Amino acid sequence: MNKQAKFGIGISVIVVALGVLAWLGYGESKTYYHTIAELQTLNHSARAQRMRIGGTVAVGSIRRLSGSVDFVLEGEGKALPVTYTGSDPLPDTFVDKSQALVEGHLNSDGKFVAEHVQAKCASKYEAAPGGTGTTQSSTQQSSM
Amino acid sequence: MDVFGSFALLLAFICALYAFVGGIAAIVTRHPLLVKSTRQAGMATCALIFIATFSLEYLFFTDNFSIAYVVSHSNRDLPTFYKIAALWSGMEGSLLFWSFLLAVYVFSVLIAYRNRNGELMPYVGMVMAGVQLFFLTLSNFVESPFKALASPGANGVMQFVARSDGNGLNPLLQYPEMVIHPPNLYSGYTGFTIPFAFALGALLAKYPGEKWIHLTRKWTMIAWMFQSLGILLGAHWAYAVLGWGGYWGWDPVENASLLPWLTGTAFLHSVMMQEKRGMMKVWNVWLVFCTFLLCVLGTFLTRSGVVSSVHAFAQSNIGTWFVGFIGIVLLVCLGAYLKNRDYLKSETQLDSVISRESSFLFNNLILLVSCVAVLTGTLFPVFSEWFTGDRISVGAPFFNKVNIPTGLLLLFLTGVGPLLAWRKTSTESLKRNFGLPLAIGIVAGAIFFALGYREFYSLICLILCVFVAATILLEFYRGAKVIRARSGASFAACAIDLTMRNTRRYGGYIVHMGMVFVFIGLAGAAFNRDVQKDMRVGQTMQIGQYTLVLQGVDTKPEKNYTAQRMLVEVLRDNKPMMMLFPEKRRFVTNQENGTMVAIYSTLKEDLYVVFAGENPETNLPSIHAFLNPLVKWIWFGGVMVVFGTIVALLPNRRAVFVLAAAPQRAAQPLPHALSPSVTLREGHD
Repeated sequence: MNKQAKFGIGISVIVVALGVLAWLGYGESKTYYHTIAELQTLNHSARAQRMRIGGTVAVGSIRRLSGSVDFVLEGEGKALPVTYTGSDPLPDTFVDKSQALVEGHLNSDGKFVAEHVQAKCASKYEAAPGGTGTTQSSTQQSSM
Repeated sequence: MDVFGSFALLLAFICALYAFVGGIAAIVTRHPLLVKSTRQAGMATCALIFIATFSLEYLFFTDNFSIAYVVSHSNRDLPTFYKIAALWSGMEGSLLFWSFLLAVYVFSVLIAYRNRNGELMPYVGMVMAGVQLFFLTLSNFVESPFKALASPGANGVMQFVARSDGNGLNPLLQYPEMVIHPPNLYSGYTGFTIPFAFALGALLAKYPGEKWIHLTRKWTMIAWMFQSLGILLGAHWAYAVLGWGGYWGWDPVENASLLPWLTGTAFLHSVMMQEKRGMMKVWNVWLVFCTFLLCVLGTFLTRSGVVSSVHAFAQSNIGTWFVGFIGIVLLVCLGAYLKNRDYLKSETQLDSVISRESSFLFNNLILLVSCVAVLTGTLFPVFSEWFTGDRISVGAPFFNKVNIPTGLLLLFLTGVGPLLAWRKTSTESLKRNFGLPLAIGIVAGAIFFALGYREFYSLICLILCVFVAATILLEFYRGAKVIRARSGASFAACAIDLTMRNTRRYGGYIVHMGMVFVFIGLAGAAFNRDVQKDMRVGQTMQIGQYTLVLQGVDTKPEKNYTAQRMLVEVLRDNKPMMMLFPEKRRFVTNQENGTMVAIYSTLKEDLYVVFAGENPETNLPSIHAFLNPLVKWIWFGGVMVVFGTIVALLPNRRAVFVLAAAPQRAAQPLPHALSPSVTLREGHD
């Protein structure tokens, strides 16, 4: 076998293997962005997907129960009841009227079950400088 | 001072414009006076940027709350230390700070090479001025940091107002590392401008040979070092402040800092192929172009919120400017490449699969695949919206699935690559170099397995770490032995002597060793544990061998915030050990909260305790405790990477005696036994 072929095989094995892994990881973690108003227009299969929804936390709606936190997200005149079931503490920035991004799936009764919650203070926050400095805090974790 | 600062900024823009346009004229006419004057304009640009930056800092120090930027990012009670950091805590200041750091580099380059490389420098100066021009345009006309605070008056006309106090700095940024992390990362981002300018300049000028690579090696390494340090400090900040027990979440902003690091690392390795063998010229030029583009993209992602924001491009119109700039740079690079690509012809070809060249080739391939994967994952919401109309994001599983195997392959090459000979390596030398380390690695693997480290990737990672560490130590040992045979000094002294004789080679090994430590730390993540519990005073909770006892909760008013503290006693194996004080801070001016994690860190594991707030039903404080094995190795490895880079930047202490022809020069590769010592190889290895 000549050198070019050897290199070709080596390179393609690496690229293909990583491509397959990437595809698996994509299937596992792909999340659709939707607005609250869009939720009602989704068809059956689209409602079953994992999604990420943004909105404003309704004033006075945060209720901390044992094992979960319930609140209501508002946006474009619509409201969405959310229950957060994740184990991590909610971010410090999660308060009334903060902008929140919830990630999870929609229950059959129309309630959104969130595994991760990110929150931004509505007042003046913006992306922080440099590296990891998003001023959004989140409950997101990875296995790394 | 604000008028002064904004004038300085405007003058800087004019000077940069002159340096850029005049630079092009100087290249065309080759008039010596024009060349000189554009260089001086470049230096004046830098000086004026320094003045503007100090003006803004002065406004912070004097609590000038008539300036919008100062009002939004500072307050009277903010400690001085954080008033410095307030400079880069928002969009406008960050852009100015980018210009400032770039100006430091540009100024140093213009001074250092003022009487040298006369053919090349006008091109380099022109490219650098072009980059400065872009950032100065933003600072002057789009996001001016010196804007006065104004609000509509009674008659509807905008009126200048001044506040008595500012809104204060974001609590998440009020942490010592947040003061040093952005400057480091930004020094990395801006620093890659220098190799970029030299690469593009050399290509435009058809500058002969590999000289641009020799010229930029140190600049690239400095940028790379700052980038590495910036990423690690950012990870440590996330670990110590965000309170979720991890240090890396594949957040778009984190990814943005990793991308140029990956291509920059690839570049640092593949330039050696060009220096030694005259190969990979096109590849290297494009690697450095991509690194620079990714730096700009990183700045853009951080600043624009294009990916993380719920609504694309909602936060700022700055995105359009950045996309435009990236497009122009790409076109210029492509144009220069197409016009002058003959100049980049490769001189030699690959000889063998098992050779130094091919290890570099695979190193580059893996770094690039990793970079492409991270880039795709980060920008996925943007791309998917373009192509399908749905905004889809991918999460940690995607990134981990690709990057863990690539990381391990890279770790493997870290051990193998440096010991392979150029051109072709004999089976003999493979056995010699890798037999012992491989055996040590396998034995270590068995021990780890017995100790309970049984997660597949982690176990592989630990085995590779031991293997790579063994190959590196063996290299030091062999080299030191040769010197010792002559000088008779101690092994440690010989190892230092060896390192100082060939700083580049052995500094590189130290960097590799640092990366091994980082990987050891990463491998620990598979074994993280955590417990959360609402606690009454006197109650205990158990995590690993530690027992946590809540001794009380108190409130501690500070100048800028009020801290609510938990007093947690820690017992190990039921013996009292120490107290930990996780805090929740409430900041006075903006009513925002911050978390202070209490960490007890050992080489074996971190005990990481978070005050997770009060359970509103029971009014009991809640503790979230994590036990994270091996995390400390990451920070330790990071320090070593920086140390190794500094060593590699030092000049060699004295010329290395070349006792035999270096193997790569010989017509037939010599059996390794004939060149028994690493010191026999060339100084630039």
